[in-house]
Amino acid sequence: MKIRANLAIGGALCALALVVGVFGPWLAHTDPIMDANLMNAELPPGKEFWFGTDQQGRDIWSRVMYGAQISLTVGVVSQLINTFIGTALGVTAGYWGGWWDDFVNGLTNLMLAIPSLIFALAIMAILGPGLTSLLIALGLTNWSYTCRISRAQALAVKSQGYVQAARVLGYGDFRIMFTQILPNTLGPIIVIATLGMGGTILAEAALSFLGLGVRPPSPSWGSMLSDARETITTAPWLSLFPGMAIFLTVLGLNLLGDGLRDILDPQSRSRR
Amino acid sequence: MTGFVIRRLLQMVPMLAAIALLIFVLFSVIPGSFATGQQDEGLGLDMAVVARMRLELGLDDPLYVRFGKYVTQLATLDLGISFRSRQPVVDMIAARLWPSLMLTMAAMGFAIVIGLPLGFVAALRPGSMVDLGLMVIAVSGLSLPKFWLGILLMYLFALTLGWFPSFGYGEGGLYHLTLPAIALGVSPMALLARTTRAAVLDIMNADFVRTARSKGMNEYRVVVWHVLRNALVLVLTTIGLQFGSLLGQGVVVEKLFAWPGIGSLLVDSVFQRDIPAVQGCILVITLFFLVINTSVDIAYKIIDPRIRYT
Amino acid sequence: MSGANMPLLSVEGLHIALRTDAGSFPAVEGVSFTIGRGETVGLVGESGCGKSITALAIMGLLRDPLGLGGGKIILTGQEIQALPASELRALRGKRIAMIFQEPMTALNPLKTVGTQIAEMFVLHQNASWSEAEKKAIESLTQVKVPAPERRARAYPHELSGGMRQRVMIAIALACEPDLLIADEPTTALDVTVQAEIVDLMKELCAARGTAILMISHDLGLVTDICKRVCVMYAGRIVEQQDSEQIFNSPQHPYTQGLVASLPRLGMRARHGRQRLTEIAGVVPGITAYPGGCRFHPRCSRKTEICEQVVPELTPLAEGSLVRCHHHG
Repeated sequence: MKIRANLAIGGALCALALVVGVFGPWLAHTDPIMDANLMNAELPPGKEFWFGTDQQGRDIWSRVMYGAQISLTVGVVSQLINTFIGTALGVTAGYWGGWWDDFVNGLTNLMLAIPSLIFALAIMAILGPGLTSLLIALGLTNWSYTCRISRAQALAVKSQGYVQAARVLGYGDFRIMFTQILPNTLGPIIVIATLGMGGTILAEAALSFLGLGVRPPSPSWGSMLSDARETITTAPWLSLFPGMAIFLTVLGLNLLGDGLRDILDPQSRSRR
Repeated sequence: MTGFVIRRLLQMVPMLAAIALLIFVLFSVIPGSFATGQQDEGLGLDMAVVARMRLELGLDDPLYVRFGKYVTQLATLDLGISFRSRQPVVDMIAARLWPSLMLTMAAMGFAIVIGLPLGFVAALRPGSMVDLGLMVIAVSGLSLPKFWLGILLMYLFALTLGWFPSFGYGEGGLYHLTLPAIALGVSPMALLARTTRAAVLDIMNADFVRTARSKGMNEYRVVVWHVLRNALVLVLTTIGLQFGSLLGQGVVVEKLFAWPGIGSLLVDSVFQRDIPAVQGCILVITLFFLVINTSVDIAYKIIDPRIRYT
Repeated sequence: MSGANMPLLSVEGLHIALRTDAGSFPAVEGVSFTIGRGETVGLVGESGCGKSITALAIMGLLRDPLGLGGGKIILTGQEIQALPASELRALRGKRIAMIFQEPMTALNPLKTVGTQIAEMFVLHQNASWSEAEKKAIESLTQVKVPAPERRARAYPHELSGGMRQRVMIAIALACEPDLLIADEPTTALDVTVQAEIVDLMKELCAARGTAILMISHDLGLVTDICKRVCVMYAGRIVEQQDSEQIFNSPQHPYTQGLVASLPRLGMRARHGRQRLTEIAGVVPGITAYPGGCRFHPRCSRKTEICEQVVPELTPLAEGSLVRCHHHG
């Protein structure tokens, strides 16, 4: 019963975020950057401007719709990079063992020893602001859990009879990894990726809030909040809607991840 | 025990060395870093100034020479001289250390004081409305962007109600500390509530709890004598990991509330392209992370007799 | 019933229900037996037959999704199944004590075994902790743990399986209960240690006049300790006999299967080389118990009546009972 509630609410919120992310430009009323009109500056939410307008008279509804693209792109793409790196390193380390395993282990421990937001911040400092930098910074800093889990799974599966049998049959290493080991690690990896996506979206928002995200004037939910802070006394609604968008998206991903965990990875339910 | 502590402390050394190397490589090898970057940003430095800066900072030396210098510096606890303020970075960080630590500890304290009991209450009535409500609060707390929560708190309690100042450090008292600490503490609070709930549920189903009941203990004693400490062992890791990562997470909250900690120094230094300060801040934050994780390992050893000296 | 004839414990028509989303299932049905003062009774059956939850029901320790569905549990004339929780707690540990199967997990890993024994004296005898700790060392001496002062300060993981089970016995017998329930107390132990633990239990209980309800899948072990044996199958008692007779004249086909599957000393001498037999088929799950006699899908004597009518527990000579349409 509770499982279904997790999945249903989480799935619905994620679907909503996805629709906004893909169709945002059609849902927007105005161009988020060009349609500045100082005549309309700082209007509260109303009939014409659902979410109100900012200090330059831009429609917040439209900016939130457009902002979804950047926030979601960063969330999805950088989490895919993380998942790819983590899985590739973890599965090969677990399967091959030896010096490669030691090396991957060392690297994972190193990654875990540096707070990931600080690491991402350092990379952003070096590469400078921008979408590509964000993808790199967030895509290279959050793969350690995926790596740990897939390594453990690979180790566990490696000694199973059917993998041994595949080896005897002369299957190549990569073929075994793809056909025998990967399918067995998929459940936990999907769960971590879903929960991790929420984390990367939060991290993107944090970096953008600090002014280290996408360059203005492109709207991202985090940078909108950064702008909104200055007018919090006169126009508090500017802070409300982008934050709500981040919150609901991340909430959706967390609920979905929890729900998926109950289904895909039941033994880890009580742990963590 | 002493042997274990010493060994555990020694294990930090190679990790620290690896981190120092990583930070050095990141900031040195990747092209287009700070000195040249300042022109891109149009900060109005002319070529001659840049050249002089590079010479002065030794940026034109071969890499191994620079790394040698860097390591010798670190060995003497010297983090270099700030490009901007011309002060030793160590002194700049030292001045910011206490505010950061205070904020982190206050946030963690808030998380523990609220999160642990919530998790316990939820676990003792699994499936009840209380449990459901608390877990909804917990998953929401995990999904809140810290700085947004900070803005909301600021708007409500500082600007509207006027109970607390909207930003600043003041004398470093509770008056200024409260809002940033809550903004920072809500997500570890949520995580702790969840972890505690899971841990307590786990323990409540353990065989030794059945034994305790078969002895004729009431539920209160079962929980206090047998569940509490065992659940705490499971929760301790989460507390440690969160405490460490809060120093990193704190960056955003410090910036929002204009809190004079290492985090805001780090962000300011990034914008000023002050490499030694940036490197120093990252190194110190990471060092603290390591120290806290090591302390958790040692604390583990103290409360769980099963862990051997390894 | 009164006075000297009153049994220590009598279980009458015990029902235990497994409540799931798909409905309520009878995990234990109509189980009745009595235990006299100082008597030793065995409860034998395959895992899942309901013997362990019967024990938990007597202790009042059934947890969701299992619950009491009916029947009476009477301890020296007092119905205890409906007692308020606090009164039931006062009996637990003091008058009825229990030993569990896994000595590894049945003890709290973060407390010294001395403290875990001492808890009994604090709970039931209002002892102070320092008195209780002293008594705990005495208890360890009684269960023949060498160097008891030192062992009292040890954590469970520092002791061997046999030692841990001795500690469990010390806990169970600390307050000299009237009844000791032992749920597979030796299953998790090495064979060599098993005999020591069994002998220790027998000796200590005999000295104190403590009755034993021994629960095991091992018919040989149970008949060795107990005077009387109840055989359970799929939530029902199918046969009850004295230990001495059950080997020679098992009445229920299931008991006959159990006996035939046991290697016995001297069997070879009498019968020459003889194959050990096993019972065909598998134990049905609680949610899928067959109608009629629950053993009929595995029974060689099955007739039409077995599929339709639940056989009654029929008295035989000398207090024996059997639940079979075609016993003998």
